[in-house]
Amino acid sequence: MTALTQRTIDVIRKNEGSLLANWTANLDATGVSRDARVSLTEIEAQTREFMRLLASNARAGDTSISGNDWSETRTFLERLSRSRALQGLDSQSTASFIFSLKRPLFDLLQAEYASEPADLAPQVWAVSELLDALGMHTIRTFQKSREEVIARQQEELLELSTPVVKLWDGVLALPMIGTLDSQRTQVVMESLLQRIVETGAEIAIIDITGVPTVDTLVAQHLLKTVTAIRLMGADAIISGVRPQIAQTIVHLGIDLQGIVTKANLAGALELALKRTGFAVSKAN
Amino acid sequence: MDRIPILRMGEFLLVTIQVDMHDQLALTLQDDLSEHISRYGSKGVLIDISALDIVDSFIGRMIGTISGLSKIMDAETVLVGMQPAVAITLVELGLTLPGVSTALNVERGMRLLRERVLAQ
Repeated sequence: MTALTQRTIDVIRKNEGSLLANWTANLDATGVSRDARVSLTEIEAQTREFMRLLASNARAGDTSISGNDWSETRTFLERLSRSRALQGLDSQSTASFIFSLKRPLFDLLQAEYASEPADLAPQVWAVSELLDALGMHTIRTFQKSREEVIARQQEELLELSTPVVKLWDGVLALPMIGTLDSQRTQVVMESLLQRIVETGAEIAIIDITGVPTVDTLVAQHLLKTVTAIRLMGADAIISGVRPQIAQTIVHLGIDLQGIVTKANLAGALELALKRTGFAVSKAN
Repeated sequence: MDRIPILRMGEFLLVTIQVDMHDQLALTLQDDLSEHISRYGSKGVLIDISALDIVDSFIGRMIGTISGLSKIMDAETVLVGMQPAVAITLVELGLTLPGVSTALNVERGMRLLRERVLAQ
């Protein structure tokens, strides 16, 4: 394991200013700072902060960043990569933020150790290792933040796609959109049953106009939902059965006996009104 | 030994399950209920399970059995107030309780019972 010497750290501390300038120039050259999503002042502040942290946290003989000395730097990098992940920047531009510091640092070391090449190699290696570790940490956090964003979006999508609407007193409707899988059916079923309890609705209409295909699994999920609604003491009507879906259901031999189906939501609402004792008539 | 009270309301029997059911309690209820139906010649049974949070397959089957036996003894059974979680559990267990009438709450359950009995 090669280690940083005090001399290297001293030279980094002494040349903080020129390193910063070279780094910024390098960032500019690689195009990282030209992204419109990150302002120049932001990048400047970030580079300055990182240089400060690097200069003050580097200890002789230590290239592992998991220690306590680096906790401040780690938090800084985590914050940085998280903000970049949320801004939608890719991992390359996030990583090159750290990696573009390599060249200025190497140049500096080369100048410092020009007369002692035997010392230069291990020091370059140590600095490289340190920056790699920091870069990898940044990437790891970046990825984690991205995954968090995706997970949150998935959850939101799940919630968004299952609204339970009240059509009439005692009549609820659930317009289903998108493919039904077990997880979605579970969410749909729970929210619908909960709403039935809250509103005391007698009839729930499940509209499957927005469901692209119905296979045996989807039909099974539908049957489960209908049965659960019946067990609760309400009635279920399935509406929006398109011709292709009706054909598929018959071809697959799915038994929808005992379930009331209607071609469209209007038909279902008409039946629901009739069952609840309402009549709609045209006003003269 | 604890048991679930069965209330007599005219020609109907009212059972409110307010504790978590265990198997022995369920079996006792089944015995008591059939006993009551035959003694009073009841025409309908209303079982309120709104306070029941947990059901297992045994309790689910017991509900089906009670409904079946009361039907044989000429009494309609209406199950009221099932919680969403309970409904989902029963469906996942494959206990769809065919032939059991259900209602959202006791009021509607009573109305349904009266309609059923009048129709006979």
